[in-house]
Amino acid sequence: MYNLHRAAFSLLIAALLTAGAAPAAAQAVLYDKSQITCVSRQMNVPVEARFKKFTAQIAFDPAKPAAGTARLEIELDSFDIDNAEVNDEARGKQWFDARNFPKATFVAAGIKPLGAGKFEVRGPLTIKGRTHEVVAPFSYKEEAGTAVYDGAFPIKRLQYNIGEGVWKDTDTVADEVQIKFHIVVAAGKAAAKK
Amino acid sequence: MPRNDRYSAPAIALHWLIFALIAGGFALAVYMVDLPLSPAKLKYFSWHKWTGITIFFLALARVAWRLTHRAPPYAADFPLWQRRAAGAMHALLYALIVVIPLTGWLYSSAAGVTTVYFGVLPLPDLLAKDKALAELLKSVHVTLNYSLLILVLLHVMAALHHHFVVRDQILARMLPWAGRRNAGSADV
Repeated sequence: MYNLHRAAFSLLIAALLTAGAAPAAAQAVLYDKSQITCVSRQMNVPVEARFKKFTAQIAFDPAKPAAGTARLEIELDSFDIDNAEVNDEARGKQWFDARNFPKATFVAAGIKPLGAGKFEVRGPLTIKGRTHEVVAPFSYKEEAGTAVYDGAFPIKRLQYNIGEGVWKDTDTVADEVQIKFHIVVAAGKAAAKK
Repeated sequence: MPRNDRYSAPAIALHWLIFALIAGGFALAVYMVDLPLSPAKLKYFSWHKWTGITIFFLALARVAWRLTHRAPPYAADFPLWQRRAAGAMHALLYALIVVIPLTGWLYSSAAGVTTVYFGVLPLPDLLAKDKALAELLKSVHVTLNYSLLILVLLHVMAALHHHFVVRDQILARMLPWAGRRNAGSADV
């Protein structure tokens, strides 16, 4: 009897949680217009690279930011710095080790408004098997049938073991790396499509 | 040798300073280009660029100095064809020491890599990122460098020929230490 009660209670909680977690349908991401890039500093020279493949599930209503959800998966093998030798190195064991850790994931744990079309999302970012919380301010703009999320946040690459061995030297490649995202979604509540 | 038969002290200083930087930058480049990717390689590329930018500005100063100060006159019996050959050689060398660092700067810009002088001062990107143009500028940079190497070898051979075979004062005009000794002997 007691167990039955507990099971029913659990179901109820689960149902409530599920309802709470789905404030809006996931937005359709326009991947050809969206970009996730990172800027590292090599000998103090900013160098930009792009992650060409990623998926994003975003449900966000600027009127109810706290109810928003987001989950991003970035394919580390798609790292592109426009130089074949550097790409191979970056995807290799000492950097992303993309063969063993193919994806970086970010899950929004909370979104709060900062005012004037700006928001802040925080949540765990997992790369190469290591997880750290990141905080990213971003702007939200609706324009011409789309909505655009623009934001940037810094990570410390060594916290994720990105750049092992000789590459631990932060005099040549700085520890801090800026991650920038520009994600465009179709406005409205269209179903997600790839 | 009378004082006005020699290059001025700034001209001599710039000549040898630029020579040392070019020799160092050139040797570093030959060594670094085929290294596997490593932090050391990234450092060498930066050092090479800083050296090149330094050469560029010193070369501009040198050309400006040369345009505003006469080179010492040749001896009266110096053959006309040699004056012309030397004049053409010097013009080419002046042009290359300005143009070569510039092609390096352009190449780095087209490759999308800003040059940050001594890791502190970001220099303006002279070109927008363009991969095909970067490849072209790379081969221009390399070709001009090997052209410079050949010209420098000819320049050195000519200077040594004058000094040890013809035994005239051509090389002494540009030697930092020849002045006093020769000025002394001229007084005698």
